[in-house]
Amino acid sequence: MLEIRNLGKTYPNGAHALGGIDLTVQQGEIVALVGGSGCGKSTLLRLISGLDQASHGTVEVEGEVIRDPHPLVGIVFQEPRLLPWLSVADNVAFGLAALPPAARQAKVAEALERVGLGRYGAKWPRELSGGQSQRVALARALVTEPHVLLLDEPFSALDAFTRADLQDHLITLWERYRPTLVLVTHDIEEALVLATRIVIMQPNPGRIARSFEVALPRPRQRHSEAFDAEKRRILKALNATLAEPPAREDGLIQGAGI
Amino acid sequence: MSNLELSTSEAPARDPADRPRAARFRHLPDGLGLVLPLVLAILWEVLVRQGLVSGRLLPPPSRIAATLVELAQGGELLRHMLATSARVFTGFALGVLAGTMLGALGGYSTLTRRLVDPTLQGLRAVPSIAWVPLFILWFGIFEASKVALIAVGVFFPVYLGIMGAILGIDRKIVEVGRVFRLPPFGLVRRILLPAILPSFVLALRGGLGLGWMFVVAAEFMGASEGLGYLLVDGQQLGKPDQIVAAILLFAVLGKITDGLVSALFAPLLRWQDVYAGGR
Repeated sequence: MLEIRNLGKTYPNGAHALGGIDLTVQQGEIVALVGGSGCGKSTLLRLISGLDQASHGTVEVEGEVIRDPHPLVGIVFQEPRLLPWLSVADNVAFGLAALPPAARQAKVAEALERVGLGRYGAKWPRELSGGQSQRVALARALVTEPHVLLLDEPFSALDAFTRADLQDHLITLWERYRPTLVLVTHDIEEALVLATRIVIMQPNPGRIARSFEVALPRPRQRHSEAFDAEKRRILKALNATLAEPPAREDGLIQGAGI
Repeated sequence: MSNLELSTSEAPARDPADRPRAARFRHLPDGLGLVLPLVLAILWEVLVRQGLVSGRLLPPPSRIAATLVELAQGGELLRHMLATSARVFTGFALGVLAGTMLGALGGYSTLTRRLVDPTLQGLRAVPSIAWVPLFILWFGIFEASKVALIAVGVFFPVYLGIMGAILGIDRKIVEVGRVFRLPPFGLVRRILLPAILPSFVLALRGGLGLGWMFVVAAEFMGASEGLGYLLVDGQQLGKPDQIVAAILLFAVLGKITDGLVSALFAPLLRWQDVYAGGR
């Protein structure tokens, strides 16, 4: 279980990136954080990861307070961030240094197999496509079996086909392990395909505006009537939060990816 | 370098279809670069033999070769080459050591950089040859002053290269190390060192080039052996063939040592995504 209590972040320049956030995520949930730019989605994710320090409030995973990067929490960034001097297999093995070599190799081989890159272990990162690289990043984050996996716009740099493919891949992996996923996205459809819950955030200071359970059955059809209805519901709520102060005259959603 | 974490697994070669331009020239022979100097040498030889030019100040290749053979037979040539190489090697080692340590400190610690870098930049602005008189006073006219001058020449490119490389490391890659909770030493060994390795090799090669440059200056200060001595001796006794021979040997030694440094690190740098030359 991931528990966030009264979490806030104020930068040294006085910017209120995040007001007091309260959020409880059950093990195995997939929470999508959406909202306009500057609403603190990524800040929240970085605080949960322990990469940045909160100004006040706490993050707890399985009752352990997260102040620094923690083995229970993994993260996948917008860019794959593979280490170019390590082979694909060694990249996946990066967090497994404590294991004996044989066990490490077995885990890496299994992890690569699961993201569909079983035969790519000996390649260099430069030889992979963007989608393949991001799958390796996913394998690297999952191979250490974190309870919470954070994803910061993980598929936003990919083309539409690759993105859909990776979304399906992620769900397959999730169904096997049931880690808790917290996902930042600009893409409402992505949130609807993946999430069990969608949390809409709004800026000044970054806070949670609304929260929706997504009741669509899995596997989710991207172009079903129920999907579209759900999408309209979320967009309406998102529009409403964006229309609040400062009001926007054009009523357009900024960065909603539609 | 063995505890650097680097993959040395053999990655399959790139699909040749990726690189149609490079492929067009793949069958060019390796020795292509020798054609131009050989043609020029033969041309000069012919011109001198035909009596079209005197060849007094620029002797033909045959005379230079004869001079080289003559020097080699007495064992003199080897002695000069070894003396010069030993000076370069010692000065290079000292310069690299100091440059690496100060460069790493300056890159890693802002305090050190703020404190030390302005002074070093000031010293760098001094033309290194200007140190010669002072070094002679300090270290005498024998080996120590020569090695010190070479070390100074090698120091700056290595220092700047290392510090710049550390400061330029991608923050996003360092964050990966933090996510996996590397301790400070682990971060250095598994992220920082491999990340700066390409710049380090470039800095070493730059430093080595300057080392060969400064050994000549050092040997001009007064040496009884070494290739620089051959240059001075050739000038004073009016032996252009000996001067050209020494110049050629500098070229050969410089190229060989540069190749050695490159070859030494090549296995650790195979991961680089390099342009490798177009058409």
